[in-house]
Amino acid sequence: MTGQAHTGRPSKLLRNLSSKIASIPMMLTAVVIFLGGTVWTVIYSFTNSKLLPRAKFVGFDQYERLWSAPRWIVSIENLAIYGIFTLIFSLVVGFLLAALMDQKIRFENTFRTIFLYPFALSFIVTGLVWQWILNPEFGVQSVVRSLGWTSFTFDPLYNSDIVIYGVLIAGLWQGTGLVMCLLLAGLRGIDEDIWKAARVDGIPMWKTYLFIVIPMMRPVFITTLVIIASGIVKVYDLVVAQTSGGPGISSEVPAKYVYDYMFQAQNLGQGFAASTMMLLTVAIIIIPWAYLEFGGRKRG
Amino acid sequence: MAETVSIKPGPALAAATKAGIEPRGAKPRRTLSGRNIMLYGTLAVAALYYLLPLYVMVVTSLKGMPEIRLGNIFSPPLEVTFEPWAKAWATACTGLNCDGLSRGFWNSVRITVPSTLISILVASVNGYALANWKFKGADLFFTILIVGAFIPYQVMIYPIVIVLRELGIYGTLTGLIIVHTIFGMPILTLLFRNYFSSLPEELFKAARIDGAGFWQIYFRIMLPMSLPIFVVAMILQITGIWNDFLFGVVFTRPEYYPMTVQLNNIVNSVQGVKEYNVNMAATLLTGAVPLIVYFVSGRLFVRGIAAGAVKG
Repeated sequence: MTGQAHTGRPSKLLRNLSSKIASIPMMLTAVVIFLGGTVWTVIYSFTNSKLLPRAKFVGFDQYERLWSAPRWIVSIENLAIYGIFTLIFSLVVGFLLAALMDQKIRFENTFRTIFLYPFALSFIVTGLVWQWILNPEFGVQSVVRSLGWTSFTFDPLYNSDIVIYGVLIAGLWQGTGLVMCLLLAGLRGIDEDIWKAARVDGIPMWKTYLFIVIPMMRPVFITTLVIIASGIVKVYDLVVAQTSGGPGISSEVPAKYVYDYMFQAQNLGQGFAASTMMLLTVAIIIIPWAYLEFGGRKRG
Repeated sequence: MAETVSIKPGPALAAATKAGIEPRGAKPRRTLSGRNIMLYGTLAVAALYYLLPLYVMVVTSLKGMPEIRLGNIFSPPLEVTFEPWAKAWATACTGLNCDGLSRGFWNSVRITVPSTLISILVASVNGYALANWKFKGADLFFTILIVGAFIPYQVMIYPIVIVLRELGIYGTLTGLIIVHTIFGMPILTLLFRNYFSSLPEELFKAARIDGAGFWQIYFRIMLPMSLPIFVVAMILQITGIWNDFLFGVVFTRPEYYPMTVQLNNIVNSVQGVKEYNVNMAATLLTGAVPLIVYFVSGRLFVRGIAAGAVKG
């Protein structure tokens, strides 16, 4: 935001030349890759490219094929389930943890370190650990059975009806720490006087949170929501590591569909169409947020 | 708002206690009250849940296979063995190659080090230009860059493949380093732009009056003054690039696969008997670098993700 003062000086052209040269990587990335690449993919999603991109346009054929492919439908359903539960659980659990951490507790740093360390790990590592813990032969199921409850069944990764919840458990373990951290920062931004006033008025703590603090944290919540949501759409490595999309196709996700069609099935057109649908999903999430955040003057 | 604002003697009790009841006098807060037991109890249970997978990984990786088949995954090893670690590092197989994870580790090092340095150098100069040497149209490029951070990678992957193929570097480490530089740019540029903007403007002006130019100010003033933010950026990039899987798979040939890709191939390979202890040792080895960075950097890591999180 500073710096406007520097423009408009006599030797501006010459001096800003180095600035412009230095910004070439940024300009190239923004224009060629982000803008150009996106437009290119959207355009080529209307072609029947197979092994190589070819500009032979076929209208909405690829999209029709996409939406009649069982695998894509399963992917979308999985993404919806995974997404909704991730949003609910990571926000609720993240907020509860943040609220507990905000009680001027001792060992705050230790607790935060513990809650956040999974976030430093890759999705591959996360997926593989939980694949092992949820292994029915050796993992949680067998441990509970060995304690005497012999009919206990908990094998999400081998049951196509609930496999996506197995992925969800791992995803939540990895990501809630981040949500907690963001919301804790938001809680710390609440004026101490608000709490004092609520206390003087004799408002119970949970009511203070629910009706005063949470509404005040609206911007933080919205930002967190956007971060979680755009992470959900990208979910890929976790599924690859934990289930490889199986059993069968029951834990497929859109990002994996895109990769498989582009680089394995050599059906580029399908991959482009699927990735354009992903782009559309993100746009549906981002545009209202951007509008709320930057469009209107009335910010909460 | 308040119907009866009664001034109570003594400090306010935990807000959860019902108001309106007769004041009961001062009560010290740091006791073994029910509230505290609830509070620390809940936190401890949550902490256990978060620690459990790490514990299971360590324990499993130290057991022999017979013990794994008999026992349960939560019990500590009766006989500690480091053989799985040695095997995971040096002899575990992916397909026909049986030289263990070490190859992936060194590939990851060769990817992460230059990618981190180059992406930070490029992004910090971008951020500096945006903060102090703004030119006409700079904001437009920056906006595209930030919006681009939200576009799923899958949308841009194939065009990048074409560009790299045209340049003759598709499948090489150089190509992958460029890709990491590109996708690290939005967050890092934002990080640096915001940081440089927050520095006192007088400094910049004084340097200008003394006749310093773009690069001189960058190297002599901005860089030395901004070491903390460079460390934050490094933490962000090292963990991010080390943990990457998608770009490694898409943009490199098998001999350059990073550690995450190789790990996945080792653990999820279909042939052979599953050696869970070796798998867990391999998983731990792959997770070790970001974990060490995380535990050593502590608060800076939190600052890094907070900065990365507040996009836009």
